Amino acid sequence: MAMETTKLSIQNLNLWFGKQKILNNINIDIPENKVTVILGPSGCGKTTLMKTMNRLVDLQGGARTSGKIILDGEDILNTRRDIALVRQKMGLLSQRPTPLPMSIFNNVAYGLRLKGIRGRKKLTPLVEKHLIEANLWDEVRDRLHDPASRLSIGQQQRLCLARGLAVDPEIILADEPTSALDPISASVIENQFFKLKENYTILLVTHIMRQARRIADKVVFMYLGEVIEQADVHEFFNNPKQKMTRDYLQGAFY
Amino acid sequence: MWWRKLEEKIVYFMMLISVASLVALLLAVLLSIFIKGVPYISWEMISQTPRGGYYFGREGGVLNAIVGSLYLSTGAVLLSLAFSLPLSLAMNIHLRTRRKTVNRIRFVLDILWGIPSIVYGAFGFTLMIYLGIQASLLAGIITVGIFIMPIMVRGMDEVMKNVPVHLIESAFSVGSTRMEVAFRVMLRQTIPGIVTAILLAFGRGIGDVASVLFTTGYTDNLPTSITQQTATLPLAVFFQLGSPIPEVQNRAYASAIILTVIILIISISVRMISKKYHKII
Repeated sequence: MAMETTKLSIQNLNLWFGKQKILNNINIDIPENKVTVILGPSGCGKTTLMKTMNRLVDLQGGARTSGKIILDGEDILNTRRDIALVRQKMGLLSQRPTPLPMSIFNNVAYGLRLKGIRGRKKLTPLVEKHLIEANLWDEVRDRLHDPASRLSIGQQQRLCLARGLAVDPEIILADEPTSALDPISASVIENQFFKLKENYTILLVTHIMRQARRIADKVVFMYLGEVIEQADVHEFFNNPKQKMTRDYLQGAFY
Repeated sequence: MWWRKLEEKIVYFMMLISVASLVALLLAVLLSIFIKGVPYISWEMISQTPRGGYYFGREGGVLNAIVGSLYLSTGAVLLSLAFSLPLSLAMNIHLRTRRKTVNRIRFVLDILWGIPSIVYGAFGFTLMIYLGIQASLLAGIITVGIFIMPIMVRGMDEVMKNVPVHLIESAFSVGSTRMEVAFRVMLRQTIPGIVTAILLAFGRGIGDVASVLFTTGYTDNLPTSITQQTATLPLAVFFQLGSPIPEVQNRAYASAIILTVIILIISISVRMISKKYHKII
């Protein structure tokens, strides 16, 4: 395998909600320009882990953390810098598409405007670029000013991807992005990840093993708030080290 | 299994009865006003202020009260909006992590909602004495504004509470500040609900007697300044209905029709406008 550079490094991360410990001593290195898949059953802390990375967890009262999350040499978990700027380094794709209550064009332009880009002349080419990147341009080019809510769910999810890409992130966080989609829309999104990893580091949360096998470069297996095993995708599926991982892969869970 | 079908039928029947009685009640109220009032509605009634002898059944109208009521409730709604909108946005965005605090605010607002309007009237009166202002449009606007604020805030809060968490999170995740989430996402998403809350508050404000009784006063002239006394429609109804002269009593019903129709026109038109706006969303 080629040399990997670590884009994001999670070190000794713990997280509590009130007295309940949700994440327990998480250590993960996420390689640059690869797809890292976090695999695990529902309720194992995958989503919380992802929300901790872009500090969305701050929005839920009562969360307490310890440890570090290093992005480009900066500990973003404990930084005193503006969190909005930290979040812009990561685009989030959530389980269900969440188009903002505005037109297709403005959904993508929303992030651009936050970055201070104004005026239709400047916005239009960029909106087009990101819609192409999300593989949605051909379907919406003639109705950019329709409300985003009129798109199909699969299209909405790609619109959310375009919106996330518009803030020019370095990392894409995807939280079971295909779980609400039909198989065709899901495979469109999956294929898009293949292309996007040339330019972005992708972190995908899923509980679908086949999906992990299809698109992952590295797999992290979590269970009950702990990382059980993490390995290169071939290694993980063909030669898992832990008994728990083997059980999970055989579908004997729990 | 027969009892489950029977149960279904009984509940269905009960629902029919309650719907029917509710509609019947509404119709009864409207009909009684309209039957008694319609014969006495005239162009004179809505286009003129009371002349000498109006309260003895001679010529004139209630234009003073119509204009006064519109000024008063518009002013009160604007005043209340200036506090309600920021408060409800803050409760649902800025104070998101402090659920306890927000629930306490909701509790206080619910109590305020339950206080009878005469108490607000008395409070407004005390406030006027303290500030040294006399019964006037301004005093009325302040009192009614305070009185309708809990209604407005809770109405807005209720729709904002129901905005999907995912939507708010994804707005944050592209790097919005709380202000940007509040005004560019939350506000747009909840516009129809906000409009409903405003209308609800407007309806309460324009129809209330007790809160304006001491604070706004009454005059036969059109309001020209917020420091002057102002007539209001509910008070016009109240005064005319209390008259021993049948002619004047009938005009009370006509005034009530005017009040009802104003509320109806405003609700329908605002709803239509907000629907049109919602299409853009």
